[in-house]
Amino acid sequence: MSIALRTLDDGAWISVNNSRQVSVSDVWTLSRGVFCDCKPAYVLLEAFLDVRVDGPTVVAEAVGQCLECGVRETITYLPVGRIVDGTFEPVDPETVQSVLEPAGKH
Amino acid sequence: MASDVEKWKDELYGTEIRAEIERFAEAGWEAIPDDEHDAWFERFKWYGLYHQRAGQESYFMMRIGPPGGVLEPGQFRQLVEIADDFSRGPAENPEFGNGWIDVTTRQAIQLHWIRLEDVPEIFDRLEAVGLSTVQACGDSWRNIVGCPVAGKDKHEHVDADTLATELHDTFKRNETYSNLPRKWKVSVTGCDEGCGQGDINDLAFEPAEKEIDGESVTGYNVRVGGGLSRNEPRLARDIDVFVTQEQAIEVAGGISGLFRDHGDRENRYNARMKFLVDEWGPEAIRETLQADYVDFELETAGEDLRDSYSYNAGEADGKHDHVGVHEQDDGNYYVGLNVLVGRIGVDDAYELADAAATYGSGEVRLTQRQNIVFTDVPAENLDDLRGEAVLDDYSPDPHPFQRGSIACTGTEFCSLSIVETKNRQVRFGRWLTDNVSLPEGVENFHIHLSGCTASCAQPQIADVSLRGMKTRKNGEPVEALDIGLGGGLGAEPQFASWVAERIPADEVPGAIANLIENFTEVRDGNESFREFVAARDADELADLIEPEETDYDDPYLHNTKRTWYPYADEDDLEASPAPARADGTPISSDD
Repeated sequence: MSIALRTLDDGAWISVNNSRQVSVSDVWTLSRGVFCDCKPAYVLLEAFLDVRVDGPTVVAEAVGQCLECGVRETITYLPVGRIVDGTFEPVDPETVQSVLEPAGKH
Repeated sequence: MASDVEKWKDELYGTEIRAEIERFAEAGWEAIPDDEHDAWFERFKWYGLYHQRAGQESYFMMRIGPPGGVLEPGQFRQLVEIADDFSRGPAENPEFGNGWIDVTTRQAIQLHWIRLEDVPEIFDRLEAVGLSTVQACGDSWRNIVGCPVAGKDKHEHVDADTLATELHDTFKRNETYSNLPRKWKVSVTGCDEGCGQGDINDLAFEPAEKEIDGESVTGYNVRVGGGLSRNEPRLARDIDVFVTQEQAIEVAGGISGLFRDHGDRENRYNARMKFLVDEWGPEAIRETLQADYVDFELETAGEDLRDSYSYNAGEADGKHDHVGVHEQDDGNYYVGLNVLVGRIGVDDAYELADAAATYGSGEVRLTQRQNIVFTDVPAENLDDLRGEAVLDDYSPDPHPFQRGSIACTGTEFCSLSIVETKNRQVRFGRWLTDNVSLPEGVENFHIHLSGCTASCAQPQIADVSLRGMKTRKNGEPVEALDIGLGGGLGAEPQFASWVAERIPADEVPGAIANLIENFTEVRDGNESFREFVAARDADELADLIEPEETDYDDPYLHNTKRTWYPYADEDDLEASPAPARADGTPISSDD
């Protein structure tokens, strides 16, 4: 089953199958070292630049800023959800994410 | 690879969208196929309909853009009646009730909570008085902005109203220019005060004179590639072109055609004219315009009036914002009324429409500072107009903190915004008015609050620029604001410097109070705030901002974007009554 994935409205949100599923302006918790030196890093997502699937994982490219140290960077591989039986299951932004690169690239 | 948006536009765009809107309106919201939502909502923007944010599905924002912000007699009242009949939501806003019109920084009107099923009747009512939503949003010519008192103003050099209207008539519903890579914002300035804000537009016509064949000719110089969005502000660049009023139309078509053909359709983030000017340079833009897009020899730039620009120039005693009572060229007066954050409740709006018709010509104009102007008021009517009760709240002589406030839509309805804005700015203005004194001689102080980097409130050209952010306070994420200082236009336009970041929103009024207290103590004589900022580096300025909690209370510190409506009693997304049918009954996901 094909999944329609796209960013819309100037990167304000990620649409999955024509439904607004992931919005900017949430604070995502990233483990130490993957974004900046903060432990953990609390990163405000300001815009989604792209979205794609990597196996069952929905992965976004996004611009974010660390709320502690102020580093603003592009995150090229942020898992934002999974496709399970054709349904999108979002990742909770508050759970700590430690993987910001595709499997096999570590 | 072309984006999905480009594919959808290739399939169907422009005036053909109207019939589809009417088809869906007739059949109801649920007739839009689920797997076509994104495509249709993108297309609807061309007709001024913007689907509201998550949690408010099936409701739309509708934008109406009169060229130059001019609402002819009867048009303002029609907008108020439409708002009264159709712009009502499922919950009240605690500051503004339910049912209002918003005046925008691009001299347009926005209505919220519009149902698709009502759109055909609204279109009919708009067209009955000569108004339209065409190209108010979407990838094409947006509303033409300009001097809000064009044609009436003593400061006028050329009649900007005529050119703004001609541009509107030429480029709206014009198939050749209906599908551009991104939005296309145009400004026409005709006065010596610079109130068209051309510097922050994709294309700007600015008053100028040029000696041609021994005769002094009045017209416009042309600038391109200005804009504020995405942390990439640019002032429009001079391409060394002078045009007469007649040539302006062809040059405008040429430059927008150049953008249509050479703008980046692969990457929407890079698709604005400012980035094309960055890449090519002004000289190459001019050369390509001459070679491929106009049929006459372009004149080099004439002598401009920029040295006299006073609008938003940051002078301590300067106002230049059209608020107040000002004599027109014909001996009548125009009366500029302050509209706090641009929002007018329908009951007040009816009274304002009555007052405009009773004491003036009934014409109401919209300014880029989210205010309104009554024109053609005879001198003998001024006292009676001033005596109207509605002018207590929409004052021609407001407090500087009310007068200087601008706010964008914010998380109340907008997908992009990070923070709540309009109600917060109302509360900021109220607290500052009650608690802070400006130093002697400072009559103007602009505070612009924008919910995100899209910069719809034009924060970079304010004395104090506020931009939506988040921070953590007591271990919890809270809404916050970046603070910038010293922006403005005028003869020497300058974007604000961001000197303090991620200040919790409840500490911002205290920060502004301390900043003004420090400014009052150490300013040099009659130094304006903008001069004061320009004389100091970022570290010095950051030290003058001392954020602190005060008795200001901020009810919107939580994640307002995670609500269906930030002010509802039950505000969880799960409690949303949307999507809803035309009668307001929620459509459950099981239906």
